[in-house]
Amino acid sequence: MPTPAFNRIPAPPNEDPDNKPFFDAAREGKLLIGLCKDTGKHFFYPRGASPYTLSSNVEFVESKGEGVIYSWSVQRGKEPYCLAYVTLSEGVTIMTNIVDTDLDEVKIGQKVKVVFKPTNGGAPMPMFVPA
Amino acid sequence: MTEAYIVGAFEHPTRKAETKSTAQLHAEVAYGALQDAGLTVDDIDGYMCAGDAPGMGPLSMVEYMNLRKLRYVDSTDTGGSSYVIHVGHAADMIKQGKANVILITLAGRPRAEGMQTGTAVRSAGSGVPDEPFELPYGRTIATMHAMVAQRHMYEYGTTSEQLAWVKVAASTHAQYNPHAMLPKVVTVEDVVNSPMIADPLHRLDCCVISDGGGAIIVAREEIARKLKRPLVKVRGYGEHVKHQMAGQVDLTYSASVLSGKTAFGMAGVKPSDIKYASIYDSFTISVIVQLEDLGFCEKGQGGRFVADGNLISGVGKLPFNTDGGGLCNNHPSNRGGMTKVIEAVRQARGEAHPAVQVKNHDLVLANGKGGSLCTRHGCGTVILEAV
Repeated sequence: MPTPAFNRIPAPPNEDPDNKPFFDAAREGKLLIGLCKDTGKHFFYPRGASPYTLSSNVEFVESKGEGVIYSWSVQRGKEPYCLAYVTLSEGVTIMTNIVDTDLDEVKIGQKVKVVFKPTNGGAPMPMFVPA
Repeated sequence: MTEAYIVGAFEHPTRKAETKSTAQLHAEVAYGALQDAGLTVDDIDGYMCAGDAPGMGPLSMVEYMNLRKLRYVDSTDTGGSSYVIHVGHAADMIKQGKANVILITLAGRPRAEGMQTGTAVRSAGSGVPDEPFELPYGRTIATMHAMVAQRHMYEYGTTSEQLAWVKVAASTHAQYNPHAMLPKVVTVEDVVNSPMIADPLHRLDCCVISDGGGAIIVAREEIARKLKRPLVKVRGYGEHVKHQMAGQVDLTYSASVLSGKTAFGMAGVKPSDIKYASIYDSFTISVIVQLEDLGFCEKGQGGRFVADGNLISGVGKLPFNTDGGGLCNNHPSNRGGMTKVIEAVRQARGEAHPAVQVKNHDLVLANGKGGSLCTRHGCGTVILEAV
């Protein structure tokens, strides 16, 4: 019997001056990741200090929103949901949910693409569905 | 230079503390460890605690216990591994002459408070930078550890039955512990047939939620030799912190790789010299990853290593968690590092239950992990020698 993803409406993310560009972009349906301009390396989660040099010479750039599932788990109970790590094509791995699919079919290595799902009164969160 | 010895150890017998406060439990375990060592409160000149202690760092507990001679305090908090790391810090301070007798306490009452520990989304407070990118997804302790297990199965072919052997070994030991919360021996079938909590972890892959606590006293050699207890020397220790590495997430190894390497290097011994190991067992997968990272087996072979009773005292090659561990005995305040050190001390002294005491106990190890296995977490390793 399939396990449909429960349509959670989670508590909203806490926005602060550091992460505001990420959540502003999420409201427009864009997934941003960090780029360290000193080293040319991407990073996640986005932050105002480069995790490679600690300089503030960083920008947030748009991801293609495509990736593969690195790992996953379904927390069971009345409202089952799938927590996952997805490795984006840009090379960074991000925590997310796999949604709008049969949770019994989720697999490591599966190709996924981003969708944005509402939170309870805050910015939407990037989640992933089978590509 | 003087050496550091563990001279006192005490585990609170309660597993549900409805009629005691957290501060009271801290004081009770402190008293228990002092009684065990043969010392008094006025001998204490160093104190360590972590985030389970109520109040600002060590201050409220120092006042509650009326410690008046402190020359050194430390409230390093890496979650459940804190107390393993504290033992190393205490040994450093004793060797430097900064303190003579250092008390370390842990206590809490999540069970009495009805806390949903592993399956609830929990915030660490305001302004935590990672939480906006994680909490809305329903990040829980159970799912984070489950993703490590899922990846381990994918990369190395580890099975649910192999994970279950960790619980089977812990429960085999717990039957001899009169204080164990779950003293019943279970089988591999019991584990894999228990309800799924977070794929692929079943209910019996998860540790208990219990109240209580424990305390350790570390002292300089000259003091240890005047006391009447078996001598347990702190031979080696190490600590390390690992995280999501700015998006280069790797769920296949923990910070124990480096904490272990440091501890083994300092002690000048190798994993095959260790006769008993306390391994942090928040979940069965935690044990498998740490055993690999500490070098008890090759990376990826942890599932095969623990199978068929290899962790059972008197049966297997590496007796572990002979008190029943966090899986069956006690996981006070959701922080299992203290009880890992305490059972290692019992083994080094030859004072574990006779049914599980290892015959040769010259070198034992305790390993702690706090936080989320393989992502944001800290590990501490200590190697103890029976002198």
